[in-house]
Amino acid sequence: MIMDISTLALVFWGLLGVAVFMYALLDGYDLGVGMLLSGTEAERDRMVASIGPFWDANETWLVLAVGILLIAFPSAHSVILRELYLPALALLVGLILRGVSFDFRAKAISPLRPLWDHCFRIGSALAALAQGYMLGRFVAGFESGLLAQAFAMLSALCVAAAYLYIGSAWLIMKTEGAILQRALRWLRLSGALTLLGLVFISAFNLVVRPEVAERWLEGYAMVLLVLLPLLGMGCLWFVESALAVLQITPECHKSSRKPFIGVVGLFLLAFIALGYSYFPYVIPGKMLAVDAASHGASLQFILWGVVIVLPMIIVYTVFSYRVFWGKSEDLRYY
Amino acid sequence: MLNTLTLSRIQFALNISFHILFPAITIALAWLLFYFKLRYQLSGHPVWMRIYRFWVKLFALTFALGVVTGITMSFQFGTNWPGFMETVGNIAGPLLGYEVLTAFFLEATFLGIMLFGIHRVPTWLHTLATLLVAVGTSLSAFWIIALNSWMQTPAGYAMEQGVAVPLDWWEIIFNPSMPYRLTHVLLASGLTACFFVAGVSAYRLRHGDVKQAPRKALRVALVAAALLAPLQMFVGDLHGLNTLAHQPQKIAAMEGIWHTEKGAPLLLFAWPDEATQTNHLSLGVPKLASLILTHNPNGELKGLSSFSERPPVKPVFFGFRIMVAVGVLMLLVAWAGVWFGRGARTLPGWLTGSLVAMTFSGWVATLAGWYVTEIGRQPWLVSGVLKTADAVTTIAPANVSLSLSVYGLVYAGLLVAYVHTVFYMARKAVAVEEYETDDTATPVQITRAEGVSA
Repeated sequence: MIMDISTLALVFWGLLGVAVFMYALLDGYDLGVGMLLSGTEAERDRMVASIGPFWDANETWLVLAVGILLIAFPSAHSVILRELYLPALALLVGLILRGVSFDFRAKAISPLRPLWDHCFRIGSALAALAQGYMLGRFVAGFESGLLAQAFAMLSALCVAAAYLYIGSAWLIMKTEGAILQRALRWLRLSGALTLLGLVFISAFNLVVRPEVAERWLEGYAMVLLVLLPLLGMGCLWFVESALAVLQITPECHKSSRKPFIGVVGLFLLAFIALGYSYFPYVIPGKMLAVDAASHGASLQFILWGVVIVLPMIIVYTVFSYRVFWGKSEDLRYY
Repeated sequence: MLNTLTLSRIQFALNISFHILFPAITIALAWLLFYFKLRYQLSGHPVWMRIYRFWVKLFALTFALGVVTGITMSFQFGTNWPGFMETVGNIAGPLLGYEVLTAFFLEATFLGIMLFGIHRVPTWLHTLATLLVAVGTSLSAFWIIALNSWMQTPAGYAMEQGVAVPLDWWEIIFNPSMPYRLTHVLLASGLTACFFVAGVSAYRLRHGDVKQAPRKALRVALVAAALLAPLQMFVGDLHGLNTLAHQPQKIAAMEGIWHTEKGAPLLLFAWPDEATQTNHLSLGVPKLASLILTHNPNGELKGLSSFSERPPVKPVFFGFRIMVAVGVLMLLVAWAGVWFGRGARTLPGWLTGSLVAMTFSGWVATLAGWYVTEIGRQPWLVSGVLKTADAVTTIAPANVSLSLSVYGLVYAGLLVAYVHTVFYMARKAVAVEEYETDDTATPVQITRAEGVSA
């Protein structure tokens, strides 16, 4: 398995995409749940319990994504984190607040618990908004100016809405009773916001970046241009039909999983579109993957690790989700 | 205003100092938890489950702090030290990558099962999850120490157009100082966790906890510390000899030797003066430094004046003495604890008081030791390859000041909350029952949680 540097660069470009996608999906739902934290103390406990066994591993995908960027494309890593110094700070503070609140809220004396719940909500929102803002700046190739800033702000709101969307779908799958009822409403609202955001961002992108528009309009890409929205509609229909069932029979376990599956499908389609728009750049319009790639011997060495270890990670991640399958229980520590 | 280099160095020092506090506990505490769980598995005695359940909560809290501060670390290289990855990224990148792949996912995923899955998996699988978390934390230490040691004593690479490229990964990972540093760090974590467990257990005893659990946990921690402390001194000595061979300027700063001398004394105290290149108020044991480091009372030790590039002396000199002093104190207290507690005797009040005072003594020794080794490497970031000043970012100092202040505030708050919560949980544990039905590993009907506050 000896590859030349241009192949390796593309392989790692793909791996980076996988890591970012996994992160957005997995930490997306638990950041969403964090932002939605509400209700009585018992309800809040139940919401936290639904993400308890997973949040830590979910965040590890972010470390992997930053790691792959650092390992495979060090010069891009330097440029990106230099440009995004302050939003990265906001992201990190958000993740710190959220991660520690998770544990402190369960262990602190009761009067302090609402305080940690606030930290949990604020931290989750800060992290989600910062990620969206960073994505917006990144996609715009770190252009400065009013238009680029406005785009980044819009992107911040859109990502936060998307995380609320998948977070609601998660709660529908993992909770019962009053929380489930509220989650059904949240799903509708955040779904509408996410769609609006997606349409805006796609349109904005095509207008601002002619080279992306060109890519979508050439030859066979037209097929993709028709196919992706169609599939997206399919996902939406899937979510909506499950919602219709759940509104009448909330305890229908089979339907309770469907919204989450549908939203995962939408996330995947959005990522494919994003990936197709900017392949094979590591900084859109500025830096190609192959130009930023580190030494072939290093990439080859780490690729062995990825090929051997990543399937193992996937196996035990799936195992962990199987262990905690079904509606979550009360939050208990052992 | 300070410049970007100084601010970035302070920020990195702050971030990594705060981060290391938590892995320093969890690396070894994970193994202690495995031991408690295994004892329960073998004996079926509920006291071991009680101990496990108390400590796993503190583990979860400590681990969470380690995770979130670790994520910050993974961003630091890119935000503040772009030159590091641009010059040695071909080496550092894969080592960090293997840490994420082999350690982070393993510990994070099985932590979920370890904390929340006891009623959902067979008991042997829960014990296995505990073991895998312990393996993960130690593997993480392995990779990060491999990288740190490579920065101290680089090997197995070549420079091509100003960039380090890998030649031999075995040599890179097992570079000359790596086995010594790794052992030293793992033992340090062992001592830190033991004194943490001993301190909190002693605190419970002093607050009138008459149950078996804190007494047993205290005993395990003291016996382990009593064994680890002398071992650590032995390994520390070997590590020192290794440093003498590869980084003699660091040893010269540690020992406060300004000019090359034969039969150098071991300074117990001194006030090094960079301007005059002498020590004031020095109090030492004649010839002992030479004897320890060269195994010859008249052996020659190189002085700082013979190195053109040398680290700042005071932090290295005092850091080393603080580390050794705390280490000696740990040894004495651990041995005293084992002696006075023999045959299940009750420890005298002064000893439990000392143990409470030393709950976080491992942090002091660990930080002091890291300052010795990291400041002792200056002005190099990677010895002989890259200087710290050449790796720093060009971001405006105002931005770094802002991030530094934010981190400082957040960390100060977290440290207070952490220490407060640890002792709050210890006080709360005093009132709980000796055993509960849940202490058995067989699944029971869950009706109402014992409370998320438990």
